[in-house]
Amino acid sequence: MTETTTPKRGVSLWVQIVIWAFIVGLLALVGVTLSKRQQGTVQPGDEIPDFTLPLFSGYEYEGRSEVSLSEFRGKVVVLNFWASWCKPCEQEAAELEEAWRTYKDSGQVVFLGADYVDTEPEARAYLRKFDITFYNGPDMGTRISQLFRIRGVPETYFIDPDGVLYYVKVGPFLSVDEIKSVIEQKLP
Amino acid sequence: MKKLSNILILALVLTGLLISPVFAQDDMPTDDEVNAIAKQLYCPVCENTPLDVCPTEACRQWRELIRLQLSEGKTEEEIKQYFVDNYGARVLSEPPRTGLNWLIYILPPVFILAGAFILFRSFQAWTKPRAVEADSGPGEEAGSTSQKDEYIARLEDELKNRK
Repeated sequence: MTETTTPKRGVSLWVQIVIWAFIVGLLALVGVTLSKRQQGTVQPGDEIPDFTLPLFSGYEYEGRSEVSLSEFRGKVVVLNFWASWCKPCEQEAAELEEAWRTYKDSGQVVFLGADYVDTEPEARAYLRKFDITFYNGPDMGTRISQLFRIRGVPETYFIDPDGVLYYVKVGPFLSVDEIKSVIEQKLP
Repeated sequence: MKKLSNILILALVLTGLLISPVFAQDDMPTDDEVNAIAKQLYCPVCENTPLDVCPTEACRQWRELIRLQLSEGKTEEEIKQYFVDNYGARVLSEPPRTGLNWLIYILPPVFILAGAFILFRSFQAWTKPRAVEADSGPGEEAGSTSQKDEYIARLEDELKNRK
């Protein structure tokens, strides 16, 4: 009986280590990306990292063309994501403006509008149409919406005076009272 | 005579009014020119749908913005850069070659090369045992043939003896 033998010439150890490290790294990257995508929006209780919102001309804050979240420590911040092409945003536009006018003189509440994936001429037309006066600007590079991991517009985030998120509204508000009831939770 | 000249002036003015909109239209970029840029962009709202064929209102606005910028004399690169600045690099159909984006460009060729290497090694593994067999084969075959011949010879002898 004849024995047939194949000469064993395996891949060297360091090549195997590199290949396995590469595969594990790739899987980790895919895993992290998928888990981030499935995380959903930021959750109540999360401290919101600082961000800067550039403002449309005519919507400046104390004469400045951009604002940072950190400037509003000690105030309730209502951050609304919207877009001119978004029909549900129109349902709550008047309510948001009315709520803003209720609180703007108190100095305890700030409304910020982040215009998501929009063009400036249409955004301005929308702001004029609904007579919106609170601070508004484009979400440049979709950086802020990515920070909040928004799923669509409209979405509104309520941040307490300590910079901690305490309420998230996905979709349009149905009434001014709904907005006020959320704000009042954090007012003295 | 004066009446005729008035009519001529009026005719010229009217002709001018008729012609001017034609000049304005000529200056406006065509849909093809707009779509040539739009197809290189993706709106973040409608993932996986190129801007040139996306039916949403947001994408229509973007196409109009491209048209406006083209009419202002901006180049393709300037327009794409405007969209990247305003909406992020993810709007580009071809991601910029920076940071982790390099993986998109490096991994496919690496996988193809690795696949080719594995295939090559597999072919080697399939062909080598046969070669070893082939090496040892002829000797064995010769031996067995000679044994067989002896056996046949003996068998024939036996048969002859019986006769």
